[in-house]
Amino acid sequence: MVPLTWYLILAAFVFSCGLFAALGRRNAIAVLMGIELMLNAANINLIAFWRYGAAPAQNLDGQIFALFVIAVAAAEVAVGLALVISVYRNRRTVNLDDLDLLKG
Amino acid sequence: MNSADLQLNLYPVLPELLMVATAAVVMILDIFNRKGKAPTSMFLPWFALVGILVTAAVSIWLIGQPISSFQGMAINDARAQALNLVVLAGAALTVLLSIRYIPNVNRQTGEYYALILLVSTGMMAMGSATDLMALFLALETFSLGLYILAGLSRTDRRSNEAAMKYFLLGAFASAFFVYGAAYVYGATGSTRFDLIANALFDGKADPSLLAIGVTLLIAGFGFKVSLVPFHMWTPDVYQGSPTPVTAFMSVGTKAAAFAAFYRLFAFALPSEQASWGPVLGALAILTMTLGNLAALRQSSLKRLLAYSSIAHAGYILVGLATATSAGIDGALFYLISYAFMNMGAFAVIILLERQGEMDALGNRLNGLARRHPQVAMLMSIFMFSLAGVPPFAGFFGKFFVFAAAVSGGYSWLAAVAMLNSAIGAYYYLRIIVNMYFAEPTEETRIEPQQASIPLAFALGVSAVFTVALGVLPSLWTNLVQSGALNLVAMR
Repeated sequence: MVPLTWYLILAAFVFSCGLFAALGRRNAIAVLMGIELMLNAANINLIAFWRYGAAPAQNLDGQIFALFVIAVAAAEVAVGLALVISVYRNRRTVNLDDLDLLKG
Repeated sequence: MNSADLQLNLYPVLPELLMVATAAVVMILDIFNRKGKAPTSMFLPWFALVGILVTAAVSIWLIGQPISSFQGMAINDARAQALNLVVLAGAALTVLLSIRYIPNVNRQTGEYYALILLVSTGMMAMGSATDLMALFLALETFSLGLYILAGLSRTDRRSNEAAMKYFLLGAFASAFFVYGAAYVYGATGSTRFDLIANALFDGKADPSLLAIGVTLLIAGFGFKVSLVPFHMWTPDVYQGSPTPVTAFMSVGTKAAAFAAFYRLFAFALPSEQASWGPVLGALAILTMTLGNLAALRQSSLKRLLAYSSIAHAGYILVGLATATSAGIDGALFYLISYAFMNMGAFAVIILLERQGEMDALGNRLNGLARRHPQVAMLMSIFMFSLAGVPPFAGFFGKFFVFAAAVSGGYSWLAAVAMLNSAIGAYYYLRIIVNMYFAEPTEETRIEPQQASIPLAFALGVSAVFTVALGVLPSLWTNLVQSGALNLVAMR
């Protein structure tokens, strides 16, 4: 069987990719995609820890948590895209560098 | 697992259920409102307000009946109810501030009040969550609602921008939170706080996984309460959001996230106090120092209060870092007094805004005392209280928290916190000096809006409680501790 560490490394890699996109990209939608990758990395971790934890057949915490994370991520995307649209309507751009009215 | 765990007991979540029910009714009434042209929109905020007050009464009634439910995922001890009261006080005052303000910003007022109620529900659930899953869901419930509320003014570019920034950074922080929660789950084999604590006591937890997990959780929470270095979003979002939403955000998120902080650290990680106590202490010092120093040079009143709210988060964190009962109760008192004084200050800002503008410059307060002595007097009460001058509520908040820090062995922290209060006093008192002694220029001389009756009422209630909690802090401490005593008696 593949050892737990491999899954953790995979998750860490996916999380880092997401982090890189969230911090490096200037397009709001690309940043949103990065954040989704980070959430999915957490899901890989949850499932891996569940599978390799004590008594995976009885203790389903990890699985259930992952399901909740998926549901919340979907809700988050719905709100996020709505906000992207409202920004686009007012400014004709979704480049985050152009959001600079508020500072001080 | 005892038998009480196995049955679904709805008592502990009765306040949350009432709030959701009120929100549902508000949304349904709103549909009728759009079909016919009946002016039920006049009536919606009052309905929401009644729902909030009934919920508060139920919360008070539930104090002293500690029950854990949903198989250990939620608990309603006295502190959960105290937190409910803080959130409900914030929500009720927000509704009063919104009645005239919100229709100018967005016509769909029904959705607005429903969202305020649902966001409050999330905040309340956060204070009673004793499981990482419940905590995460509560966190997201109120965050998602607040992202929408921040962008309520859909045609206003500043409001859009505030919502976008809040959303992206908030979702980013949530990702850290979940990733951290996964590690804590992996290290201890459970998401329930009591089982996590048991695993730690038995030495069954993997220390390196746990350390990674808790660090990420602190980062996630730190964002919600705007601890330095996770605070960058706060001034922008506070400035760009509609002012009643800003007021609600500053009070509610702080209360909820601090309650969750307390649950997580005191219930799940009591055995590790020696390692997280100093970390929280260091974060508190960074937070209040940077918040106060940045507030000194703000010209916008909303940005000033944003940095001041960062500084207040630092003071409250002092109480949590001590991890003593006195520290936690001190932090709760701080939260309730902060709710009233901060809502009051934001209500005054609303009066100083021009139509359609969602911010006010600090120099508009110059010479206000001569033209509008009542407004100036109320603002002085809130500013004195925020600065921590006796006999106002803010003084006792600081006093309880700092005293707990000294007796809990964190004298260094208390010393830095007091130094910081002195810095903070400078910019609060400067506002008062400007109101009473500065001359307005032509440009800054604006007539404050005539206060609507609900807003005047909110101002009055905030001022009365700011003074009352300062003169008689036992009003609150008795309420909370009567519950705490019952808890001891039942064990």
